Amino acid sequence: MSANRKASTEFVVNSLGRRVPVTVNGTPSRPFGGVGASAPRGSKHGPPVRSAADYPESGDKRVPDLRTALERCGLRDGVTISTHHHLRNGDRVAMSALTAAAELGAKDLMWRPSASFPCHEPVIDLMESGVVHHIEGSMNGPLGAYCSRGHMRGLGVLRSHGGRWQAIQDGEVHIDIAVIAAPTADPFGNADGSHGPSACGSLGFALADSIYADHVIVVTDNLVPFPCVPWQIQGNNVDCVVEVDSIGDPEKIVSGTTVVTKSPDRLLIAEYVARFVRDAGILKDGFSFQAGAGGIALAFVHCIRQMMIDAGVRARFVRGGSTGYLVDLLEEGLTDYILDGQTFDLAGVQSIGSDPRHVATSPFTSYNYHGKGNFASMVDAVVLGATEVDVNFNANVVTHSDGMLLHGIGGWQNCLFSGCTILALPSFRDRIPVIVDEVTTITGPGELVDVIVTERGIAVNPRRTDLLAALEGSDLPIRPIEEIKSEVELLVGGPPAKPVLGDEPVAVIKWVDGTIVDTVWRVPK
Amino acid sequence: MSAAGRGEAGRPGDDVRSDLHVIVELTDGGGTEIEVVSKVASLYGASIEATTRATLAGLGVEHARVRIDDKGAVPFVIAARVETAALRAGAGPGGDGRPNRSVPERPRTARDRLRRSRLYLPGDQPKLQLNAGLHGPDGVILDLEDSVHPAQKDAARMVVRNALRCVDFGHAERMVRINQLPLGLDDLVAMVPERPDLLLIPKAETAEQVAEVDTRIREILAEPPGGDPPIWIMPILETALGIENAFDIAGASPAVVALTIGLEDYTADLGVRKTLEGSESLYARGRLVNAARAVGAQAIDSVFGDVGDEEGLRTWAARSRGLGFEGMGCIHPRQIRPIHEAFAPSQAEIERAMAIVAAFEEAEAKGLGVVSLGTRMVDPPVVLRAQRLVHVARQAGLIEEPDS
Repeated sequence: MSANRKASTEFVVNSLGRRVPVTVNGTPSRPFGGVGASAPRGSKHGPPVRSAADYPESGDKRVPDLRTALERCGLRDGVTISTHHHLRNGDRVAMSALTAAAELGAKDLMWRPSASFPCHEPVIDLMESGVVHHIEGSMNGPLGAYCSRGHMRGLGVLRSHGGRWQAIQDGEVHIDIAVIAAPTADPFGNADGSHGPSACGSLGFALADSIYADHVIVVTDNLVPFPCVPWQIQGNNVDCVVEVDSIGDPEKIVSGTTVVTKSPDRLLIAEYVARFVRDAGILKDGFSFQAGAGGIALAFVHCIRQMMIDAGVRARFVRGGSTGYLVDLLEEGLTDYILDGQTFDLAGVQSIGSDPRHVATSPFTSYNYHGKGNFASMVDAVVLGATEVDVNFNANVVTHSDGMLLHGIGGWQNCLFSGCTILALPSFRDRIPVIVDEVTTITGPGELVDVIVTERGIAVNPRRTDLLAALEGSDLPIRPIEEIKSEVELLVGGPPAKPVLGDEPVAVIKWVDGTIVDTVWRVPK
Repeated sequence: MSAAGRGEAGRPGDDVRSDLHVIVELTDGGGTEIEVVSKVASLYGASIEATTRATLAGLGVEHARVRIDDKGAVPFVIAARVETAALRAGAGPGGDGRPNRSVPERPRTARDRLRRSRLYLPGDQPKLQLNAGLHGPDGVILDLEDSVHPAQKDAARMVVRNALRCVDFGHAERMVRINQLPLGLDDLVAMVPERPDLLLIPKAETAEQVAEVDTRIREILAEPPGGDPPIWIMPILETALGIENAFDIAGASPAVVALTIGLEDYTADLGVRKTLEGSESLYARGRLVNAARAVGAQAIDSVFGDVGDEEGLRTWAARSRGLGFEGMGCIHPRQIRPIHEAFAPSQAEIERAMAIVAAFEEAEAKGLGVVSLGTRMVDPPVVLRAQRLVHVARQAGLIEEPDS
């Protein structure tokens, strides 16, 4: 109940000055103490040892339906069920699994999705009826609103993609049953995402669960005889395979085409970003970059492509979320590789299924902070979004300025470790300024945010004297962040009032090392 | 039109952004009650109410019921919508609902400044106006005429007037296209005190119309006739009669800095189809260029209507420059750069022109009557053209200036 959650909550102030709870859903938590400040101890989490004696020698692990699979995997009240978002808003598997659990009479489940989408809105009913106790994972749209209003029984816990791997690997969270949607699988449980009617690209988000969960169920609508080649999920980690008619709606899994923004302001921002990358000297032979599938990011790829052609340089690798725009770079020889975490459109899915230079990655290789390095810090420039950024370059991606929890973290926090982290943002959205004195929720500390690009100009973090020196003589509008902020405030009628928020936490934001970087507070009606 | 005592303004609906819908009911007593529903209520709710109160107080409205459905409008838009609704409700016209000026007044622009691109901004769509200057057009046109529905003329007037006070359009020349006369004369009352740099008169057909606007501008500003023009004028010739009178119109007032043409209306008037290569308007455009140059004014071409066809735009603009035009209209920011590039002299042209100017200056210094470049003699008109080209190139920032 929210009542005992309030009663049991004590707070400390972390190194960013944010008040964070010392326990989260009954487990002690550490406050954020600075980037790289918290050293992990101990060994990785281990799932129970299994024996081949308990699995069919034929390798056929098929069971008739999800209910049977859940029963075999020890479904009981209070267990944690995980699902993954590689089918995005087309996913049918998460709701099927939770509904099957409800039919079996389970209560107080914890749902741990790698991300949630609008198609998961019915989980609200399952929380109301007591089947699901709370969600630990990104909460968007209606689920975010439900959590923000304080209706959820437990605290929401938001992690980055890398942070989710870290938490599972470190044993910070335990997954009882992982349910993995597989566009192609064999009866042994080998599974892959690049082929089949529901092809979605990489299954990387499910990889940690397949390794560390007590039990693993693979659900597929494209069963092939052993072996499923290639396989990203190893059947040796899988308990049961369930065949269903459809794991998702293909039209919502990937978009037919992803489209560059038509907004003149956003196109201008994208052009500034590309010129910044060029003028700062980042655009050179063998460089690398990452940009997502948002309108500005796609327009950036469009601009940087032309600059690469003009300058006669090629990238060693680009990081997905992949789209047709990245695939074009690969096919035109402008990059040697696409290292892909998530595949957004049909061109991307076709490419990852057919071109060996288009490689599926996982949060382990890309993002996990508790590993021996990861790819994110090796990327020369990354282009990201945010809802707000403050004059100290701290940035928020999870809440809106009114305090409502509306977005997940995704790979955003992990990407901040790149050589040059660029936030590409309109300077205001429907009157709401993006540059503020203090962000509502710190999702990333300012020391890792290097550049803010808006349609009114570009602010470089004063820490990055190297970038500022490289930009000497550039005709780009480089301006102090405070100056851009004042200009916007003049137009929109001053800085926004601070929204009045309740004193009860509804969710916490984890940093990539498992410490708590900020708290999300209840938004009163 | 609204019933007496009640007025509405702005846009209702869920797809509205950066705008609002206002209902004002004038009442006999009880002060002013304001009900605000806004997507930014927790951040700007108090500000919305304060803007509303200040606007009504300025208009002399003491008792009213106001309902606001806001979708993230900035203050000058809220003020414009509240004023429009109050006037529609029957509030007395004597008040002043203008928001405080938040951009400083600037000196009037130069007569012969670059006018390569002028970006059309529908007067009743404030969202498009907020960032227009950032895209670097030589001019913005806040339009009260064709892009505004006849029922919203009063609303657009309020938005544009307030935008002139509150939006920083950067280096762009601030232009307003008034309505066709005589309605356009009423627009002047609201526009002229805000000192736009230039007014466009649509469907100009006679010199008298231009003179009438010029006179009215001076009356509103209480400036004597005959002095330096306070606001520039660019007549738009859009009819066969207008084209025939081009020279008279261009010379009707020293305020006329440019003539431009509206090809949609012109081709309709001729009863011909407007084509991509534009041969049907060749005569009109040639006549207009000649008339403009005859009085030392600029000739500015029409707009290119297909935003998606950048190649077509470049081709049109290059041909337009060849005819003697110095710029054209834009209906989308993405047309600005192709137009600037098309109207820019090439590097080779600039270098040759600079060499001619240098040779001329050298000849002057030596007291020689004949300018020569290498083995060739350069005629005076060639020198004149070269000087003009260097001037334009310098304004466009195409000539590297030695550090001063």
